[in-house]
Amino acid sequence: MTDPREQPPGNRDLRPGTDPCYKCGTCDASCPVADVDEDFPGPKFQGPEQWRLTRGSDRDVDPSIMACSNCMRCDGACPASVPLSQLHNTARGQYVTNQQSAFSRPAIRNRLLANYRRGAALAARFPRLANAVANNRLLRWAMDRGLGITADRELPTFATQTFRSWWEDRGGADASRERAARNCEDDPPVVAYFHGCYTNYHTVEVGKALVGLYESFGYAVTVPPQACSGTPMFANGRLDDAKREHERTLAGFRDAIADGAPILTSCTSCSMALRQEHPELFDLAGIDELAGNTWDALEYLRVHEDLADRLAAATPEESSTYVYHAPCHARNQGLARQARELLADVSGVTVTDVGDSCSGISGTYGWKAEHYGHSMAIGEPMFEHMETAPGDTGLTECPTCAMQMEHGTGYEVEHPIVVVADVLGCGLADGAYEITERSG
Amino acid sequence: MAIEDDVLVIGGGLAGMTAALAAAAAGSSVRVVSKAESSLGHASGLLDVLGRIDGELVSDPYRAIARVDTDHPYAMLGTDRVRQAMDWFDGILGDAYTGDSHTNALVPTIAGTVTPTARYPRTMAAGLASDDRSTLLVDIDRMPAVDAPLAAARLEAAGVPFSVRGASITMPGLATDITRSHFARLVDRNETIADEPIRDQLAAAIASVHDGEARIGFPAVLGLEQPAVVIDYLSAALDADVFELPTDPPSVPGERLTRLLEAALDDAGVRMTAGVPIVDVNAADGRVRDVRGTHANTSVPYRADQYILATGGLVGGGVVADRSTVHEPLFGCHVSQPADRADWYADTPAGPHAFPRFGVHTDHEMRPLEADGMPTFVNLRAAGAVIGGADFPAQHAGSGISIATGWHAGRRAAEAIDR
Ligand SMILES: Cc1cc2nc3c(=O)[nH]c(=O)nc-3n(C[C@H](O)[C@H](O)[C@H](O)COP(=O)(O)OP(=O)(O)OC[C@H]3O[C@@H](n4cnc5c(N)ncnc54)[C@H](O)[C@@H]3O)c2cc1C
Ligand code: SF4
Ligand code: SF4
Repeated sequence: MTDPREQPPGNRDLRPGTDPCYKCGTCDASCPVADVDEDFPGPKFQGPEQWRLTRGSDRDVDPSIMACSNCMRCDGACPASVPLSQLHNTARGQYVTNQQSAFSRPAIRNRLLANYRRGAALAARFPRLANAVANNRLLRWAMDRGLGITADRELPTFATQTFRSWWEDRGGADASRERAARNCEDDPPVVAYFHGCYTNYHTVEVGKALVGLYESFGYAVTVPPQACSGTPMFANGRLDDAKREHERTLAGFRDAIADGAPILTSCTSCSMALRQEHPELFDLAGIDELAGNTWDALEYLRVHEDLADRLAAATPEESSTYVYHAPCHARNQGLARQARELLADVSGVTVTDVGDSCSGISGTYGWKAEHYGHSMAIGEPMFEHMETAPGDTGLTECPTCAMQMEHGTGYEVEHPIVVVADVLGCGLADGAYEITERSG
Repeated sequence: MAIEDDVLVIGGGLAGMTAALAAAAAGSSVRVVSKAESSLGHASGLLDVLGRIDGELVSDPYRAIARVDTDHPYAMLGTDRVRQAMDWFDGILGDAYTGDSHTNALVPTIAGTVTPTARYPRTMAAGLASDDRSTLLVDIDRMPAVDAPLAAARLEAAGVPFSVRGASITMPGLATDITRSHFARLVDRNETIADEPIRDQLAAAIASVHDGEARIGFPAVLGLEQPAVVIDYLSAALDADVFELPTDPPSVPGERLTRLLEAALDDAGVRMTAGVPIVDVNAADGRVRDVRGTHANTSVPYRADQYILATGGLVGGGVVADRSTVHEPLFGCHVSQPADRADWYADTPAGPHAFPRFGVHTDHEMRPLEADGMPTFVNLRAAGAVIGGADFPAQHAGSGISIATGWHAGRRAAEAIDR
């Protein structure tokens, strides 16, 4: 049977995935959006049921698919391993391609949000101006009314120097090889860093910490040319945009892929996109190799180096207390407890896990005016847990979860890589990363 | 370098969690790696040990163990071990559960059946079918898949020794259909809906249909966090003993049990990794050396001294059936089976199927055995539904088998490390 509707790019056969669904409803019980949004029918409908209904018919995709935040909780909950998020991504792509007018307000707004990298790239050239303008009340009011981008959140601050520009100033890959060689007997092995937009424009310290940490373990870091991971594009049904960006990333990482170099990420949504979502949806040269070589940066060191032992032996000068939130996308990659496990052995560091609630922001979801209320309602249990747990510094791998944690509690939020680099003494000193000699 | 622990438990269902707790209690460092979030949220929340044999109701589950087939996991463990395991597990359950240690309780369900069980959540205690007090069952019209009047009619037809009536209530704050888990979370937060806290609204709506019955049954949705507090509150407001009835999956009591066990695992220092299926095994000289998990296309090695296979039965994916064979896909353990696929099923639908009995068979050490009677690997043990020999749904024995085999396998694995 041929489907009369235009298919989104690279749509693979999903029947083998949907057949095992036995309608147990576990996915619906796990969905944070269904919990607060009465109009959202839930993952069972959005996934296997809708897929069956729209197969071989001209039946439209239900518009409610746009209210799914792509948190992927349903994926991890399904006992039958039904690829729910793949079904959602496919349906969303179909909806946006076939049913949504490209000039409707939500379409324009979603295109803007999904292609955040482009706006950010421009703003980052004039960071001080961008920061001043970004939170101008009149402009934000106009964005809210005109575009449906909530005025209730603070736009992230642009770093005065992007990560890439810092990296170039520091001497790029050559300088990194030199520094790594001091901590390594042979030729330093090479790793390729996919920093993503957020680290490049906003949380530059995460990228610096990663570089310092890896060099201290004797790895030469490279930072290939790259585009957006695709995360916000999947969530907004913009599969063509996601594919275009990924083609650029694949071209940038061509050498790393050919050499089999580990590809590191510091954002759990970037790694989810590179490892799972892209290969599920598209068929591009190198896509599976890139996916198979992609690692969470701390996980790679944990598996390949004595990171856990070094952390256990570390004696940080100051004690610190964190409340940790596991991003939803960390869960499906087996990473939800990693930061906590690694830091549990460090003397003077206390980490409390705030439980399994979703932060509610899910990237661009919580930025949409019509979902802002839902987003904060989903986040409420996390805010409460944060406030009752000891300490008033947050900890998480995901930049938008961090944004939500800050927004809901006023806490500062750190990234585990920064904490680990500081604990091991390869952290920030006087504005530049010093490299400690490798002991032993 | 691999992620290393003394004991690696593969599978995070009831059997895997029990095995991990038992090994940790014996002093080992333990990790549980599981393919998905725990499957226990599907379970009814009842903990059966042995409810039926050959279709007949069992009164004392321990005494009835003498009657199971010789290849049943209980026969291999022996009555004393099953009892010891359950006693130990009671310590983990604490106040949340109750049950007579010698006699099965008869728990009415929202489907209108009565099910025999060894341990049940305390929230169900006032509802037992052996109690002859008059009973009102209540459902909410906006909650799909619960029908109190139908359940009451079925219980009456089944000849329960009490008068029972069902009624549906409408809650003004619920305009659209609501799932059981969503309702439970509203109750936890005592959310204000239609200008009134949900617990007050619930009490008022039930009062409007209550006609002096001594006890009032409600589907098991009275909060995930503190159901006892909610039940006390409703009981006082309605001047009757309020209780819960088990529902279909996904079930709120199953989710409560999951949380209770996860908290116990945390307290015991057990490390947990969910979202990672183990896909590959590296063995040499009859020992498992390490295994590989994969998540989102990346492969991660895990190494331990001792391994416990707790991947479930045909439902969990621990045993797989294809056209011609049934097999254990991860370690390739031997699964005995009738030569002809036609013999997998009984001629009558209610007959004794071979199908649910498929699984590995173990020695007294809980090690899966090959056809020649030798352990597949000296440092691999099995627990739960991956073990064959029991028709656990028909026997109402699922949880008891998981707890007893998990306890024994966990302890034995911990002991093996010292040797
Ligand atoms: C629908 C339902 C109803 C139930 N009702 C009752 C009842 O009324 N009474 C009662 O006593 N008990 C009941 N139970 C409990 C049930 O009996 C127990 O779950 C059963 O004992 C099996 O437990 P298990 O841990 O062996 O397997 P499962 O619960 O199936 O768990 C297997 C685990 O292994 C994981 N896994 C599988 N393969 C891999 C792999 N390769 N790598 C990593 N992880 C893997 C799965 O993700 C899962 O977490 C019910 C269970 C279910 C699902
Ligand atoms: S959890 Fe999986 S099997 Fe159950 S209804 Fe959802 S998709 Fe189907
Ligand atoms: S991805 Fe998240 S929001 Fe979307 S259906 Fe699944 S659980 Fe719900």
